[in-house]
Amino acid sequence: MSILIDEHTTFIVQGITGREAVNLVRECLDYGKGARIVAGVTPGRRGRDVHGVQVFDTVAQAIEHQGAQIDGSVVTVPPAFTKDAVFEALENGIRLVVIVTERIPRGDVAQMVELASERGARIIGPNCLGIIVPDVVKMGGIGGPARDAARSYTPGPVGVISRSGGMTTEMSSTLTAAGLGQSTAVSIGGDAIIGSTYAELMPLFEADPATDAIVIYTEPGGRMEAELARRVLETDSRLPIVAFMAGRFMDEMPGMSFGHAGTIVEGKEDTASEKVARLGEAGIVVAEEISEIPSLVQDRMASGTAV
Amino acid sequence: MRFFEYESRVVTAKVGIPVTRHGLAKTADEARRIAEQIGGPVVIKSQVLSGGRMKAGGVKFADTPDEAARHADQILDLEIGGHMPRGVLVDDRAPLRREYYAGVVWDGIRKLPVMLFSDMGGIDIEEVAQTHPDRVVRVHFSTLRPVSDWQAKQLITSLGISGSALNRLTPIVARLARLFLAYDMTLAEINPLGELQDGSFVALDAHMEMENEARRRQHALLHELGVGDEETRLAREPTAFELAGEQVDAQDHRGVAGNVTEFDGDLGLVIGAGGGSLTLFDAVRAHGGRPANYCEIGGNPSVRKACGLAKLVLEKPGVDKIAVMMSIVSNTRVDIVARGVIKACLELGYDPAEKIAIFRIPGAWEDEGFKILRRYGVQYADRTVSLHEAARRAVESIGQGPMRSSEAATADGAAA
Repeated sequence: MSILIDEHTTFIVQGITGREAVNLVRECLDYGKGARIVAGVTPGRRGRDVHGVQVFDTVAQAIEHQGAQIDGSVVTVPPAFTKDAVFEALENGIRLVVIVTERIPRGDVAQMVELASERGARIIGPNCLGIIVPDVVKMGGIGGPARDAARSYTPGPVGVISRSGGMTTEMSSTLTAAGLGQSTAVSIGGDAIIGSTYAELMPLFEADPATDAIVIYTEPGGRMEAELARRVLETDSRLPIVAFMAGRFMDEMPGMSFGHAGTIVEGKEDTASEKVARLGEAGIVVAEEISEIPSLVQDRMASGTAV
Repeated sequence: MRFFEYESRVVTAKVGIPVTRHGLAKTADEARRIAEQIGGPVVIKSQVLSGGRMKAGGVKFADTPDEAARHADQILDLEIGGHMPRGVLVDDRAPLRREYYAGVVWDGIRKLPVMLFSDMGGIDIEEVAQTHPDRVVRVHFSTLRPVSDWQAKQLITSLGISGSALNRLTPIVARLARLFLAYDMTLAEINPLGELQDGSFVALDAHMEMENEARRRQHALLHELGVGDEETRLAREPTAFELAGEQVDAQDHRGVAGNVTEFDGDLGLVIGAGGGSLTLFDAVRAHGGRPANYCEIGGNPSVRKACGLAKLVLEKPGVDKIAVMMSIVSNTRVDIVARGVIKACLELGYDPAEKIAIFRIPGAWEDEGFKILRRYGVQYADRTVSLHEAARRAVESIGQGPMRSSEAATADGAAA
């Protein structure tokens, strides 16, 4: 089992003829059981194909060609066009949109998220690498080429949620090396406003019988770690959580931006130390180093108590 | 990106929110002239991108134009929070009946903008929210539907405000909310929003911040305000080293090799990507290392860019060695970064084996990359060496001279 996607998930790639998108298509087709990329969309490029995937001008044409509703879309178009592309996907009934594009203004992201919410759809990202179900399917550039992704990700009981795409792979690889596979790993994106936060993905992992523990990568900036801590305190989650906090040095440098767009210390509550304290209060263990994560996960799973 | 008060004032007035008569002065004489035009008591305010102006002596009151000139002279020379002022704002000192607060910010959890309003203006709103939580009201609003006046009205009435004050405050708060969305602000606040003796309202101080990602599409407004593309408006001005880093990154559009921040240590960092850089910078410090810089590589930069960044860091005064480290890469190619950093060493007349404390970038094209590193005797590590362990090795090597080639050759074996 997995969350969000599985081997049957059909998806399209919007902006499929872009250089990065062409690589992404190859990677996803090659990985695991092979992603079901049923079409691509780039306006004005109808009739072309990318690694055998047919290209259309509109999402509506792609759906018509498929003859059935399509589950998802990976959006990788320039920032100025992303909102329109996501609206097009949502208004054509697509219910899972992975936004790879970075540097999208917050106002646009908020509009996309609001429309998704009205349409009962889910957004992952923006500024993310997507979703991977080890050995089964990946949707997005996560883990890179199939051969590389297979080295870092293996099937197993740990759900991974990360604000950094690269660190999703680093943490998963560390888990893999310790014999701990992953149920699903989600790169949720590094922006100030994102489609799905830790707290919003927790119910999905809780409902997934294949998941027994959660590992998260966190950073200063924003309040989504506090949101997760609050949820853990208020609900009775069966899943223990192990966190890693990067960017602790940023506490000494308020107002400076490092790493991701959403990573900036603006107030008292979004510092690394404050977040570590909040997570700790909720019983979420915060690892000092990535290499400690596997043993902390094993301890927590062995003790059989959630958080 | 933060705006100066005088810029925020322009934006406020532009959307039809009433402001007091004011002018920006860069000299004492200009301040006198503006005070004469206003004709009455004025406030002289330092134009710096820093809070705590009042405490620092950057805000003074003057009854006459001469007094305004004297204060302006002083304030123009006064450094606040490490910044020299852009000028002084000479502002009509209107007698107030009452001070309010109106603001708009993003709520990253609800993923919506939120209007804030208080009848306790003139002081820090976060302080009011703590001491008098019942005196700060807020409401989220849609980004898809136009902001309607009734939303602001309903918010204001929740503090028990009625009468002509309600009817005058409503459009101000609604306009602030529209301005927030239209100009891609991350913060727009008027504090204080003053009620004058005649019952009218004016924005006495406004604070605005625009999202960096929106600067391109807000070019018309920025041009109107005279904000140049080169102004970063971060907590501090970029250093020459940081600007040179931006130039390296701007060489071509392939990938990123930049986002440089200067520190004063002896270990140069060529690190990536976003999350990896944050983790590695912490790791170096946790092992007692003193980074000379922060930076980010990602998105598969060209050899030229990686080389340019490595050179910049290597040439920084006080840098002993560089550590080239990233979290596992899937897009960036290991061999390209390896070629870039080795090229940088060679072009500067250094032995790569001596100058590169450690190379820890596993992932795409790593076999090709490690082969190149072996050829030059550079100490490298694969994914079995954790980010923290790589950082520890880099810190240890500082001041120790070159690795012996036998140690470099065993790095691969030790890692396995």
